[in-house]
Amino acid sequence: MTQNNSGDTQMDMLAGKVKMTHTSVNSAMNPTDMLERPIRLHAKDVTVHYGAKQALFGISIDIPDRAVTSFIGPSGCGKSTFLRCINRMNDTIEGAKVGGLIELDGEDIYDQSLDVVELRARIGMVFQKPNPFPKSIYENVAYGPKIHGLARTKTDLDEIVISSLRKAGLFEEVKDRLNEPGTGLSGGQQQRLCIARAIAVGPEVILMDEPCSALDPIATAIIEELIDELRENYTIVIVTHSMQQAARVSQKTAFFHLGKLIEEGVTEDIFTNPINKQTQDYIMGRIG
Amino acid sequence: MANTTASAISTGLQASRDRTKLIRDGLRKRHTTEAIFKWSGLGAIVLALGFVAILFADVLVKGIPAFTQANLHLTVTYDPAIIKIEPAPVRVAGQSDADFNRANLDWQRKVALLNWNKVVEASLRAEAPAGYEIGSKDLLAIAETDSRHTIRERFVADPSLLGKTTEIDVLASANAANWIKGNISRDATDAQQQLAPAARVLIDQFVDNGTISNGFAWSIFTNVDSRAAPASAGLLGAFMGSLFMMLIVIILAVPIGVASAIYLEEFAPKSRWTDLIEVNINNLAAVPSIVFGLLGAALFINTFHLPLSAPLAGGLVLTLMTLPTIIIATRGALQGVSPSLRQAALGMGASKTQMVFHHVLPVTFPSILTATIIGVAQALGETAPLLLIGMNAFVASVPATPLDQATALPVQIFLWQGNENRNFFESRTSAAIMVLLAFMILLNAVAIFLRTRLERRA
Repeated sequence: MTQNNSGDTQMDMLAGKVKMTHTSVNSAMNPTDMLERPIRLHAKDVTVHYGAKQALFGISIDIPDRAVTSFIGPSGCGKSTFLRCINRMNDTIEGAKVGGLIELDGEDIYDQSLDVVELRARIGMVFQKPNPFPKSIYENVAYGPKIHGLARTKTDLDEIVISSLRKAGLFEEVKDRLNEPGTGLSGGQQQRLCIARAIAVGPEVILMDEPCSALDPIATAIIEELIDELRENYTIVIVTHSMQQAARVSQKTAFFHLGKLIEEGVTEDIFTNPINKQTQDYIMGRIG
Repeated sequence: MANTTASAISTGLQASRDRTKLIRDGLRKRHTTEAIFKWSGLGAIVLALGFVAILFADVLVKGIPAFTQANLHLTVTYDPAIIKIEPAPVRVAGQSDADFNRANLDWQRKVALLNWNKVVEASLRAEAPAGYEIGSKDLLAIAETDSRHTIRERFVADPSLLGKTTEIDVLASANAANWIKGNISRDATDAQQQLAPAARVLIDQFVDNGTISNGFAWSIFTNVDSRAAPASAGLLGAFMGSLFMMLIVIILAVPIGVASAIYLEEFAPKSRWTDLIEVNINNLAAVPSIVFGLLGAALFINTFHLPLSAPLAGGLVLTLMTLPTIIIATRGALQGVSPSLRQAALGMGASKTQMVFHHVLPVTFPSILTATIIGVAQALGETAPLLLIGMNAFVASVPATPLDQATALPVQIFLWQGNENRNFFESRTSAAIMVLLAFMILLNAVAIFLRTRLERRA
């Protein structure tokens, strides 16, 4: 945290717990650099209705390329709903209606001509509860490349599986039992398997919906470290309940409250110098 | 105590004691309720098991004797004085197949016209003590009426038997069997007995000298139903009829039912129409089966002119009847799949079809299989709809195809239950029930085996 000046006491306090293991977090990129990064995802006036109930009110945000953007906010604030708009998982919910514009590299993802299957291959997702398929570890990772036809030969597929597991930091732990069921792994390993599965199709963006909320602190630390590594190659959007986690892993943070985007900006600014009173209250633990 | 409720939120030692007492008093009541519930549940199970035990015991006690049958060991003499027939045609050089067959058939027809009952009678008389006085009709009543066919067929197969003597086992008649097994009281008056006194005495002597002995009743498994020779009546025709119907149900109901369930559950838009369809499918499952029989008679027989009494029509009716069961069970299984598995598949970019076939179906396969087998077993035991499409006809041949006339196992039970030779068919009915139950248990065992195997693999 070399670039932090002495006024960053709150940030230090929030990040303090993992300081020893995460010395590199947030230090690789300074705030101005982050803001100059190209925009990968662009959302404008996104609204979501579940039947008659409106869940999101005009969300507009830009997600920078190859950085971690976190969505924080109290339960029911719409952060997960917005995340699910980005890969159109809301399509699967009965009665959900999405309005507004979301662009991936300037392409409207809700355009009629865009196939949702292609979109989800480009925007991977990791869920709150680790949900490996009830198949072998190998099959879990190989499934995406298989259905999308990314591997011509068995050797290609093996290579994709191994490199994905390696990138997810799981290979060393499972290399001797690739044919055992993925559901037999521990919670943290399962979640890394899900990350490996998402990586295997070579997505541009990875969405993570509270990926650590079902994990113990050690597994959480490992996943957070992994997210930090993955940021070099992937654009990551993470929804989290934990402000500490947002502070630790993300470069950009957006605060949601009651279906509205209250404030967004460089993570450090949000945590140290929030402009909005509600943001301040949430960070100080007064709402949530 | 009056102020305990008022002070329910008050603190302090006394208030706390009062509260504990209240809880303790209530606890006794709760425990009593629990005990009552537990014991009545246990009682219900014991009662149910008791009735099942009574049912099985009754069927077994009545049915098991039917699997042994009285056989007559006869020493048959193919006496040329009775069997007046030219030698069987021998193939001469240059004779065509057709000619030879015609000659052979001609000869067989002549053989059939001979009075084979005389041979049976002579054989029976040979076993009786010398000079035993009994009329030929009374004597013949001891052997089943198909004995002459058994003896004749042996001769047709081997014409060189003419003038020779050979040992042949034939079935004792149903009435003889009743007498031996005591199905008719031995104290009943002559007027109430089916057999003449001389025949009854002779039967007892035959049992003593070993001419009549009990053997396994293969006829139950190898013969079709018979009215003329009740002792030889068997289940083969009904079994084959049931088997054909079961195959038709499996071939039609399973794919159609599973496919409909998948479509309704996974693909159909939720609308008033799908709601209506869903309600109707649920209602169809509750429609009395005999109504399906009426529908089958009107639709398959009257409109489509499918053959009457055929397993094809029966199978189609049972398919209609089984479909709702399979659809409902499959939908239930699909609904039970956790949303996180669906999300995982969709999140990977699997299409809806891929999600269903790669992930959802494999997980639900064991339950779908179990539901299917239970549905098929239900269809197998169904009688009422089959009566309406003519499958209660008396059919004395084994159906070779689903288009031939046949009956089914439960219908055969129904027919035997109403047979006029009550004393004989009571046990045979129970035996048929045992065969049907064994078939059902086998199906269920297969379901359980496959289920546990597939679940272990998943």
